[in-house]
Order: sequence, then structure tokens, then C-alpha cells
Amino acid sequence: MKKYTDQGKKDTRSGFGAGMTELGRKNPQVVSLCADLVGSLKLDEFIEENPDRFFQVGIAEANMMGIAAGLTIGGYIPFTGTFANFSTGRVYDQIRQSIAYSGKNVKICASHAGLTLGEDGATHQILEDIGLMKMLPGMTVINTCDFNQTKAATLAIADHEGPVYLRFGRPKVPNFTDPEQEFHIGKAVMLNEGKDVTVIATGHLVWEALQAAEALEQEGISAEVINIHTIKPLDEETILASVRKTGCVVTCEEHNYLGGLGESVARTLTVHHPVPQEFVATRDTFGESGTSDQLMEKYGLDNKAIKEAVLQVLKRKA
Amino acid sequence: MASLQDLAKIATQVRRDIVRMVHKVNSGHPGGSLGCTEFFVALYYEIMKLHDTFTMDGIGEDIFFLSNGHISPVYYSVLARKGYFPLEELNTFRMLDSRLQGHPTTHEGLPGVRIASGSLGQGMSVAIGAALAKKLNKDEHIVYSLHGDGELQEGQNWEAIMFAGSKKVDNLIATIDRNSQQIDGNTEDVMALGDVGEKFRVFGWDVLELKEGNDLKAIIDTLKDAKKRSGKGKPVCVIMHTVMGNGVDFMMHTHAWHGKAPNDEQLAIALDQNEETLGDY
Repeated sequence: MKKYTDQGKKDTRSGFGAGMTELGRKNPQVVSLCADLVGSLKLDEFIEENPDRFFQVGIAEANMMGIAAGLTIGGYIPFTGTFANFSTGRVYDQIRQSIAYSGKNVKICASHAGLTLGEDGATHQILEDIGLMKMLPGMTVINTCDFNQTKAATLAIADHEGPVYLRFGRPKVPNFTDPEQEFHIGKAVMLNEGKDVTVIATGHLVWEALQAAEALEQEGISAEVINIHTIKPLDEETILASVRKTGCVVTCEEHNYLGGLGESVARTLTVHHPVPQEFVATRDTFGESGTSDQLMEKYGLDNKAIKEAVLQVLKRKA
Repeated sequence: MASLQDLAKIATQVRRDIVRMVHKVNSGHPGGSLGCTEFFVALYYEIMKLHDTFTMDGIGEDIFFLSNGHISPVYYSVLARKGYFPLEELNTFRMLDSRLQGHPTTHEGLPGVRIASGSLGQGMSVAIGAALAKKLNKDEHIVYSLHGDGELQEGQNWEAIMFAGSKKVDNLIATIDRNSQQIDGNTEDVMALGDVGEKFRVFGWDVLELKEGNDLKAIIDTLKDAKKRSGKGKPVCVIMHTVMGNGVDFMMHTHAWHGKAPNDEQLAIALDQNEETLGDY
């Protein structure tokens, strides 16, 4: 199996901050807005270097989304920053009407997504945001897996015309992708070629999927691991090519199994090439307080859960 | 500069357009549209500095946002009469495959419209964003917006009003259509708005009261005053007292015609009260 090395744990939100710093230097049309969470979104450097292109809107996310839509009228590329919960569920109608339906070039950048936000608990742990955003016509939905990929995605979405939802998180996780990578929206990344099962993962679960694949290799099971950073538009070609080879699939995401990556993959397979699928995702539940690792284990989102799901799907394939 | 008589003729024709559009598809919102007819005519024909051709970014010209999107008939009529799109397109209002959707949108590419509106309370935030973009672009033109008074019950407005005052967005002139009516009745009965001007004032705005909101001269004078007050560290708010349904006697002073179309007989009466001045579409 292809080996991946953790270059040192880092939070994906810092990848966003690093990307914003670089964008601030190279693209004068990029502006950023934040709803009282500058430190959490790692925007300090962007703000220090571009004070005129930063808008502190206070704890008023609905207004932030509308202002972002307005800033596009005049040629700017606004990046909004707050937690995932307040980036989506709280402001759904503002995004729907003023951004998505209006076709505005706003980048909705959401930190602290999912359970791994940790101790703050369920009020802040949104597990429904991918579903909410992918249902909006014209919205691109991206969930990155590590620091390097988040930085690359932040740079890439500035060059993409149209609304984007970029989802990342709070905890420090292994940073294992190429720091010089080019990020191609809508193009899956093949991390490991295998023949027995396709494991499709997004966000923090990509590293867990690689860990699971290593453990499975010890048991003689060859897992193909695909990093789907773009949930919409979905790279159906890569997914179908893989499952035609392996004949079964496990999808992995830090999100409710209703409305997430797994359902998007299931729809694709149902239409083009039905095969057994297992879902590593939360089971229509809210989260709770705890450490990131504790929550990933309790809610069945860690590499052990992925391994179990693979063994289960292999039984069904047989 | 057009004479007041000329502007009055345009307003009369726009009122004809409104009732004819709404009558044809037996749906739409004539009451608020008629109440704001003079405002739209004054704004587009006398106040705003506009380019001849429409661009989404509107750089180097004044721009306008309609937040209470349900009064689309007056918006569409004035945009068409100003030449943004062919007048005959008013025939397609609210019909399948039309650019003139029930509520205004950019989605079908209708020139003159820069944001979708209809779900209430979002327009002020958008107008603020566009005003901030103008400042970044060192474009000294003004952003105008219109909001229903009932619409102010939506909380997002107060986030936006607080922001604009706090951040001194002084290239924004927001007008409130204070007709005191909303779908379920008088605004003060549904959820009292109280002294709207005072509310804006304490949020840091410069506020003008326009008592005669259906009088062209009064509107023009007030908007010119508002423009003079812009650029001085405060956003400007115009509280424009209008009569819903203005110019069609049986639609006036009631919320009954908020979202109801006239029948054939009622249309004939309405048209009798507003003679054709510039030619029907």
C-alpha cells in the first residue's frame, strides 16, 4: 500500500487562514468578512495586511451573507468566515436567495464543522451542513482533509466563478497531502489503488480511511482509497471506475448519513452501477460534548469503524 | 431635467402598466406598487445618475435595490419605460419562461435587476455590501434601496441597520415605504413598528421624514436633500409616508389590495382614473 507520512498535526482552519493570507497578497479582489470569530478562523494575518479589505460584521451572520452578496456587485470576491453551523443552518434563506439564486460569487468558508469541534457540544456541531448546501442549485460543496489541502482549496475557489461552500474543522489532524498540490474542484484524488473494496472519504475521515486500509492490508484485503474533497459536483467518473473494479463501497464522512456524501454516492451507483454500500457517518443524531477523539470513536467515525464497515460490505458483496 | 408635468404623465402610465400586468395574470401585488409609483419615477427619471447600458457591477453610476420584491410590477414598468428591456416584455409578467418573475431575480438575466428579492428583510444587507464595494472602488456614486415598513419586522434588517450606522456606510440612502399596511392589517396592530425614524436615528442614521410620499416634488426635494446629507459619516434613511394603492380610488387606504388583482370591471375603473399618456405596452 502507498505510504503517507504525517508532516505534523495541524488544524484545517489554519490551512484556510494560510490560504487567505496568500490570497490577500495576490488577488486584490478578495475581501473577507467575519462574524466575531477572527481568531477561530485564523484571519489575523489577512486582516493585518489588508485592513481595508476586511469587514468585521459582529455576531450577525444573516447580515454578513447579504453584505457578501452585495460586495460581489462591484467586482469583489467575498470570503465569509464563521463556524459551519452559523454558516449554513442559521442563514439558509439568506444564502438561498441572496447568494445561490442570485448567482453571486461568494465563498462561504465554514470552520468547526462536525463532531470534532468537541467540547462545545451539539449546539455548535452541525452534521447537516453538507446536505443543506448541496441541495442549493449551483452551489459547489468542498470538504477538505488536512492543512495543505485546505490551503490549496482556499486558493482554488477564488479562481472559480460562482458560490462555494468550503467546510473545514477545528482539531489538529495529520497533515499528509502534498504542500505543493494543485487543487482541482470536482476532481477526486486517488490515494491508494486496491481491488477488493472502494473506500470513499471526505474531510477528517480521509486520514482515518488510510489507517483502516493499512489495517485491512494486514488481513489480506486490498482497499482502494479515494479522497472526495468535492462533494458537489461529484466526480462520478472516478467513483464508477473504481466500483466497477472492486464491486463494493464504503463512504466515510463526519456528517449525518442522511444528506451527505454517502447519499450522493448512492444515487450515482443506483443509476449507473448498483453495488453494496456501507455508510460511515452519524446516524441521524445530534452530537454531544467530549474530546474530538472520544466523539469520533463513540459515533463510529474512526478508522476502526471504517474497517468494520469494510468487513461488512465485503460480506454483502460475497 | 423633466418637468413635474412630464413626470406625472410617466407616473400615470406606470399605474396603468401595474394594474394591467396584475389583471392579466390575475395575481401580483398592486397596492404597494401603486403606493411607490411616484418614488420609482422620481428615482429613475430625476435622482439617480445612470449609465445607458446595464452592467451588473454598476461601477460609475448610482444603483438601486428593491428589498420588498413583491412590488415588482412598478419596478418592471419603470425599468421597461427607462429602456432596460423591451416594453412589450411587460406582457409576460408572471408567465412561464418569462424574465419577469413574480419576484425580481437575476436568475433569468433581466437587465436592471442586481439581486433576487422576495423573501423579506435581505435587501438592506445587500445594499450595504454594494455600498462598501463602491467605497473600495473609490466610486462616489450612491446606493439607493427601498424597503417595506412591515418588512422591518424581519430581524436581519436590524443587524443591517446597526452595521450601517456603526460602520458609517454613508453612501447609502435607504427609503422605507411607510404605508402602515401589511397582509394581516395595520402594521401597528400586527406588530407595532412605532417611531421608525427614531429607531433608525438611535442606530446612528441621518433620518428624513417624507410626509407627502406620493407627491413627486416632495419626493424629489427629499431625495436631493438625502443626497446632500450623504458622505457625512452617516447612512441616510427616508421615511416615506405613502398611501397604498395610490391613484386607484378603490385600492387606496386599505391592505385589501396588497396581493390581489382587479377583475375586468375593476380594471376598467382603474384605467378610467389613469388616462393613457405615453402609450400602453
